[in-house]
Amino acid sequence: MSDNDFDIQYVANLARIALLPEQEARLAAQLGDILGYVKKLEELDVTGVEPMAHAVPLANVLRTDEVQPSIPQEAALANAPKQANGLFVVPKIVE
Amino acid sequence: MLHELTLTGLTAKLAAREVSSREAMQACLDRIDAVDDQVNAFMSIDRDDALGQADAVDAALAKGATHAGQPLLGVPVSLKDLFCVKGQPVNCSSKILGDFRSPYDGTVVRKLRDAGAVLFGRMNMDEFAMGSSTENSAFGRSNNPWDLERVPGGSSGGCAAAVAAQECFGSIGTDTGGSIRQPAALCGCVGLKPTYGRVSRYGVVAFASSLDQVGPLTRDVRDSATLLGAMAGHDPHDSTSVPTEVPDYVAELGGDLKGTKLGLPKEFLIDGIDPEVRAAFDAAVKQCEVLGAEIHEVSMPHTEYGVATYYIVATAEASANLARFDGIRYGDRVDGDDPFSLYCNTRGQGFGEEVKRRIILGTYVLSSGYYDAYYLRAQKVRTLIKRDFEQAFETVDALITPTVPAAAFKAGEKMDDPLQMYLSDIFTISCNLAGTCGISLPCGFTSDPKLPIGLQLLGKPFGESQLLQIANAYEQATPWHTERAVL
Repeated sequence: MSDNDFDIQYVANLARIALLPEQEARLAAQLGDILGYVKKLEELDVTGVEPMAHAVPLANVLRTDEVQPSIPQEAALANAPKQANGLFVVPKIVE
Repeated sequence: MLHELTLTGLTAKLAAREVSSREAMQACLDRIDAVDDQVNAFMSIDRDDALGQADAVDAALAKGATHAGQPLLGVPVSLKDLFCVKGQPVNCSSKILGDFRSPYDGTVVRKLRDAGAVLFGRMNMDEFAMGSSTENSAFGRSNNPWDLERVPGGSSGGCAAAVAAQECFGSIGTDTGGSIRQPAALCGCVGLKPTYGRVSRYGVVAFASSLDQVGPLTRDVRDSATLLGAMAGHDPHDSTSVPTEVPDYVAELGGDLKGTKLGLPKEFLIDGIDPEVRAAFDAAVKQCEVLGAEIHEVSMPHTEYGVATYYIVATAEASANLARFDGIRYGDRVDGDDPFSLYCNTRGQGFGEEVKRRIILGTYVLSSGYYDAYYLRAQKVRTLIKRDFEQAFETVDALITPTVPAAAFKAGEKMDDPLQMYLSDIFTISCNLAGTCGISLPCGFTSDPKLPIGLQLLGKPFGESQLLQIANAYEQATPWHTERAVL
């Protein structure tokens, strides 16, 4: 576990978050501290320990495949920043 | 004065037709007008809607509706700003949601309405429930009613402040790492985090899906039991809600602590606990002994790894959950030449700094080359933490700890050091990782200034009934829950 190669620009890009230069510097320093702290977990021997994703004693929760009521199209589009012809409008994706 | 009543006290008066729901609702609005410019607990209130709901309840009461069928009939209850209420805004105290209005009622909202509650107000919080002080709200922090210079805790800080300031008869929050219990402790009210799976999260904006749970903030334990009973239960819309029976939490209150075994986790009682908090906690443990409880020291050896585990698991889940805020289907959009720059601009300008910090951390611990070292290792340590609880619960009925190591801190004190802010959650976090239930209730005050101190009880999975019984027995033997902040 090394955080020396923590590249704030690379990770912010993966997260789709634009940062100002001064934010980059501040967040990189704070995240470096936090990653240094979580190194604590290296102290523990976790050989053979099962990972835990959640605490619920349930798995494969299924329901019957039936048509259920859903919200109407107008309601689904009502909060859209930009819409036309019953669709969400986005910038051009392919040339 | 009407606003001074507990939820239980109010329902008695409503049932006896001594007061109307409209009078109760109006009493809240009057109280808000009198004190909320100091407390700043509310993001917004739809007054006409609230009074309209109250009038509808009064009409139902006139036709013979009873509290036996609907235990919250006519009671004004407020909601943290992350519950979907049809036609109402929900912002999670973030700018990114813009003028979003929910197209549907979430399950908790529906169940509270079915129980007769009058739902009103959007309570301030840390943005997307990330924080311990409400200082991460994009709309300004709330203030602690006991000392306005201090924070009310977080992330459900607006809920706790409003209950402490008597602006509502109960409030519904969420707890991912202590976000109900910690503000309840700092504001001197009762905050309950139910077992993971006890309450549906359908229609609740998600932060960390394996940890989030909905729960009540109230003036006393009985009120907490009433609200939990109205909200708990299986929901086909939330596959993590568990189909176990919901007990009558209120009916099961009462009795002393004879034969109850309380565990004192020695790893919690470390250096760094404020001396006044420690003294109040020690006195609370003694009080439980006087009431008949047996106190056993227990060991939870992985306690010190809780915060590190939490900040990997919670941020990883948050980075996935908050990917939906992309400026395409709802919320504010900041344009770009292509979809990629639209996402980056929207999220760069829409999210506050703590949210960005956590999304970036969560993205990193899940990223190629780091997943095993951080995320997978944290999931394994989480198993060890859960085993600590399972082992402790083999010998004791519940654990007893302070809720937080110190009373409310001053605004601004920890804002420059996120790691210090995270470490203040040390006593509340492991309960979420283990998925069990916990409650915070008042157990005393610091002397100068006078600030509330919280006692935490952690119970077995789906053991809310016993947890509430223990809390109720302690509460009824002590005066702390009757003290009110002076505003």
